[in-house]
Amino acid sequence: MIDCTLAELARALADGHIRSTDITLRCLERIAQLNANLGAFLYIDHEGALIQATASDARRKAGTPLGPLDGIPIAVKDLLLTEGLPTTAGSKILASFIAPYDGTVVRHLKNAGAVLLGKLNMDEFAMGSTNENSAFMPAKNPWNTDHSPGGSSGGSAVAVASGMAFASIGTDTGGSIRQPAAWTGTVGLKPTYGRVSRYGVIAFASSLDQVGPMAKTVTDCAMMLQVIAGHDAKDATSSAEAVPDYCAQLEAGVHGMRLGVPREYLSAQAGLAPEVHAAIDAALRTYEQLGATLVDISLPHTAHGIATYYVLANAEASSNLARYDGVRYGMRQDPDHGLAAMYTATRGAGFGPEVKRRIMLGTYALSAGYYDAYYLKAQHVRTLVRDDFAKAFAHVDAIIAPTAPTTASRLGVYQHDPVAMYLADVFTVGANLAGIPGISLPCGMDSQRLPIGVQLLGPAWSEAKLLQIARAYERATSWHTERAVPS
Amino acid sequence: MQQSPSPTVLVDTAEVRRIAQLARLPLSDAEAEAMVHDLSAILAHVARLNELDTQHVAATAHAVDLPANLRADVCQPSMAVEQGLRNAPQRIGDGFGVPKVID
Repeated sequence: MIDCTLAELARALADGHIRSTDITLRCLERIAQLNANLGAFLYIDHEGALIQATASDARRKAGTPLGPLDGIPIAVKDLLLTEGLPTTAGSKILASFIAPYDGTVVRHLKNAGAVLLGKLNMDEFAMGSTNENSAFMPAKNPWNTDHSPGGSSGGSAVAVASGMAFASIGTDTGGSIRQPAAWTGTVGLKPTYGRVSRYGVIAFASSLDQVGPMAKTVTDCAMMLQVIAGHDAKDATSSAEAVPDYCAQLEAGVHGMRLGVPREYLSAQAGLAPEVHAAIDAALRTYEQLGATLVDISLPHTAHGIATYYVLANAEASSNLARYDGVRYGMRQDPDHGLAAMYTATRGAGFGPEVKRRIMLGTYALSAGYYDAYYLKAQHVRTLVRDDFAKAFAHVDAIIAPTAPTTASRLGVYQHDPVAMYLADVFTVGANLAGIPGISLPCGMDSQRLPIGVQLLGPAWSEAKLLQIARAYERATSWHTERAVPS
Repeated sequence: MQQSPSPTVLVDTAEVRRIAQLARLPLSDAEAEAMVHDLSAILAHVARLNELDTQHVAATAHAVDLPANLRADVCQPSMAVEQGLRNAPQRIGDGFGVPKVID
């Protein structure tokens, strides 16, 4: 049962073939068995999960389940506030922080009856692409523990790929859901900016951050999105756009659809690994066989995306992270030599090297004399990136592309070269800059048996169509049925 | 995989120290030197934005045009004092304890 999908488990629970307490215990056993090696969970809520599972079983017995997710064991990235549980953002500065309330996404999941197993590992403040910037421990790829699971939602990917949880929640500021999904053979969806509330999600870059589901299949992601999407009065950037039924069109296929293939992503300059290139080519042929038309398109500002992203994201981060000063919550250092000394000592001791690097870059980009040259310039280029996508979507239903240039990196590879790590986000940052949705799904394995992901990007609010296109590929292939065998 | 641009020094130690002061980050000499190297490498990459003429391009602050969904200006219950102070490093009465600001 641990290997089945969320949708299959939902049916088994509804049919009374299994109880939530049984499957929750199985997940907790698996976490106990694997987590020391894989580092997926930063906090395991053993007792709370069993209380929720027992309550779910009682609802099922009484004939009053809260919906398809009732009783399903899931977990969330440790960037989401969970009332009464530690919420660290993967940072020492919040190591002792207990969230005073539930974020909206967590509240929606609880209201749907989902069982929260615990909090998942991540790069500190979601800054990183390998999960190695976690202040507590790196998460490891269940397909090969010498490799990273990707990041920043690394724990969210590992928990699903290793069968510890049936789905998870990640956040995606520059690819942090889609890239770890690609590297672990799971499905990850970054919704349109404004589709899912950010209330109670610790902010990294507020104009780019978006919360989304990770799961074993496209259908599972659709079921999760259904529960977390929607307007929230507590998030001023949350949209009132109606939430469609994300499962209604899942099986409708891609016949007659037009899929754009961005030539810049597949060019020799894109740095695409040959095995990834071959897997993407095979995915393109599959879509043609399914009746879609491939259209050559151009996203001419692709090469400028990374620079734009790292200026804007870090400028916003430097502002958002100003709140960690030792005054109201989190770590406090050196309170005996005045307020300024306390601020500085707290931040020096609490933040890791990558977070400091990004705060420095962001502060620099916003400082007097540099604001126009960096921050404003990047905002202008952001418009060009956005226009590239708008022009493409005038001609195609969706864009198909690799999620990441390579398969999972070996642990330690990027340790002394942050810029090389940043450049690996080249195919994912565009969706964040343009605010559009994207989904990554498994489309192959390299010669080391590390998963490869293909990405679909669509115009704002096109999640239902993206899920439909993704599901068509899934039905025609079997990559999503491959399972890691972690030890 | 693409290689990082070779780091030309675009910021010096004094500039790094000035930014660190603005960001309230203490840097050891070794950290400051590493920061000179890393920021220079990142800024060398960022410099490619200057290849683009953006004189007639509007700036984008938020990518998706969302109407301002403001709540009605009505009083609602807010977080209880005890809840808000639960994570306080130091508490004085119903407030956060901080080092003295004015002598």
